[in-house]
Amino acid sequence: MKAVRVIEGRAVPLERADVDTDQIIPSDWLKRVERTGFGRGLFSEWRDDPSFVLNDARYAGATVLVAGPRFGTGSSREHAVWALMDYGFGAVIAPSFGDIFRNNSSKQGLVIAQLDATDVEELVALIKDDPSRLVVVDVERMQVEVPASGWSRPFALEAMTRERLLNGWDDIGLTLRHEGEITSYETRTSAPTLEGIFDDAGHVVAH
Amino acid sequence: MAARTLYEKIWDEHLVAAPEGESAIMYVDLHLVHEVTSPQAFDGLRLGGRGVRRPDRTLATADHNVPTDPLSVPVKDPVSRRQLEALEENCEEFGITVFPRGHENQGIVHVIGPELGVTQPGMTIVCGDSHTSTHGAFAALAFGIGTSEVEHVLATQTLPQQRAKTMAVVVEGPAPEGVSAKDIVLAIVATLGTGGGAGYVVEYRGQAIRDLSMEGRMTLCNMSIEAGARAGLVAVDETTIEYLRGRPGVASGDEFERAAARWREFVSDDDAVFDQTVTLDAADLAPYITWGTNPAQVVALDGVVPDPADFSDPDVASTTQRSLTYMGLAPGTPIKEIPVDVVFIGSCTNSRIEDLRAAAGVARGHHVAPTVRALVVPGSHRVKRQAEEEGLDQVFLAAGFEWREPGCSMCLGMNPDQLTPGQRSASTSNRNFEGRQGRGGRTHLVSPVVAAATAILGRFATSDEVSS
Ligand code: SF4
Repeated sequence: MKAVRVIEGRAVPLERADVDTDQIIPSDWLKRVERTGFGRGLFSEWRDDPSFVLNDARYAGATVLVAGPRFGTGSSREHAVWALMDYGFGAVIAPSFGDIFRNNSSKQGLVIAQLDATDVEELVALIKDDPSRLVVVDVERMQVEVPASGWSRPFALEAMTRERLLNGWDDIGLTLRHEGEITSYETRTSAPTLEGIFDDAGHVVAH
Repeated sequence: MAARTLYEKIWDEHLVAAPEGESAIMYVDLHLVHEVTSPQAFDGLRLGGRGVRRPDRTLATADHNVPTDPLSVPVKDPVSRRQLEALEENCEEFGITVFPRGHENQGIVHVIGPELGVTQPGMTIVCGDSHTSTHGAFAALAFGIGTSEVEHVLATQTLPQQRAKTMAVVVEGPAPEGVSAKDIVLAIVATLGTGGGAGYVVEYRGQAIRDLSMEGRMTLCNMSIEAGARAGLVAVDETTIEYLRGRPGVASGDEFERAAARWREFVSDDDAVFDQTVTLDAADLAPYITWGTNPAQVVALDGVVPDPADFSDPDVASTTQRSLTYMGLAPGTPIKEIPVDVVFIGSCTNSRIEDLRAAAGVARGHHVAPTVRALVVPGSHRVKRQAEEEGLDQVFLAAGFEWREPGCSMCLGMNPDQLTPGQRSASTSNRNFEGRQGRGGRTHLVSPVVAAATAILGRFATSDEVSS
């Protein structure tokens, strides 16, 4: 993944609670075997509606999405993260997030900034007041800022997630530094494997 | 050693390393794979020049995308077909056992793991699907992961993990007649809310849980994610052990007894402390249905559609209004007066043999209302074959239900089984999100017996309304 230090740009307010991953990217899009091109499917069931906020020209080119509580709940589809990033978002700000979505985001470098609900409301008010206002999500300093308004709020990031974002580290590479411990665990575990249950064609071997 | 919860026992046993200042590394005993969340992970392996570390701990099946048409009908959608082929090619390349469409062991990933006996107590199980929590019914720590994590597990057989908080959800006393596992879990999701379980692993306890069959416990654990929890657990007891006896993936004879003795340790210690405890009284429970567009929006079948004006919190009132508009419902309408267009009996929540028996018990000798299309989609080929041996297919067919090939089907509407805009369904699946079963479709989650009764009466109904 690419290193991320700061995301800055316009922000778009999505004032809805419980935006689940089925809304972010409907299942029709999950048939694809590629990892790119999902931006066209982002919120596709809502985008037909001309009044949907992503169709509002004042927010065109936004890189920060500001959403309601429990953003990204539901299905584990990482396609939701791919769609948000492919569309151009680099950060999502909300009062709370679905667990798996949060995890998936951290693997791809989509910055998840959790703020209190009242702070999110303030931020939304600032954006709506002037959609051209620059919003800054600073990973290194763990701050969300609206410089033109002198507004800033800290957000929390797990130390490891922050390091990974800042350095663009690959999780698999990090884990494989513990190769020796994995191998030694494997010699002592008694958890059963699938060995001997199925033949080459996947049929159950009688025993 | 200090008293531990079931979760803590499994966690401790699977800790590979706990490096200072980093996430712990957890070993994965079993990785289940399906066609939708894996192709990009296999691509990642190829790009990184990596292999699959433990093909003997990896099992794949086609489920999300498969049509439920007769097997003689080819997969018409070329994009779906390509994805199904990619699964087979990837498994062939990396030496993974795979059950493609039509294979005798193929089915929904969370149905086949348990029925093949490869889901066992005390294991850690992951899959690129949020309903992996289903396997927690066997006291296995099981949760859904994203595609990057799928690649991570394929390459390392481990995952970086934070230890979760523990929550006990206790359902005290016996459940009343007519209340199924689905009703219990809908009540739990309504109580916790869609975010109440976030950060927790939930252990379900109490008499109403102990009384459930393994199928019922799977239904229960399946929907843990609907309350925001990544995993749900039920402790091992003799119900667990008897279910596993004789399954293909478990040993037989003395070796089975030795395994069973070890499994019996996968219970929370008597004096273990949970971070949070939520208690429900089973006597208060009734058959339930969701009325809105998230699974915590639940009402009793005997109830009415809620009124946004009844909620003092303006956010809840506006969410309620938004849901009602999408669902095309007027406040105060009795649930049992709402007509439905489609009934879907299937999904990893309710497509096991016991679910089909329960639904067939209601349908027997009746006929689906002329205004309703009703589908029964068994969870796997094994379930389908057993149902046919028991004659359940004939009961359904005689009653005017469609009897289809196994897969996820209308649970997520990736295959051709979809609602059309404005259609209303009674569905035994787990998600009633906007558009989940097809664009503009209106989903109401119910138990198998409520689904069957609804199909027959053409409006939401409880099974006691259908004379036997
Ligand atoms: S049946 Fe539905 S919830 Fe279950 S695995 Fe398939 S799509 Fe997911």
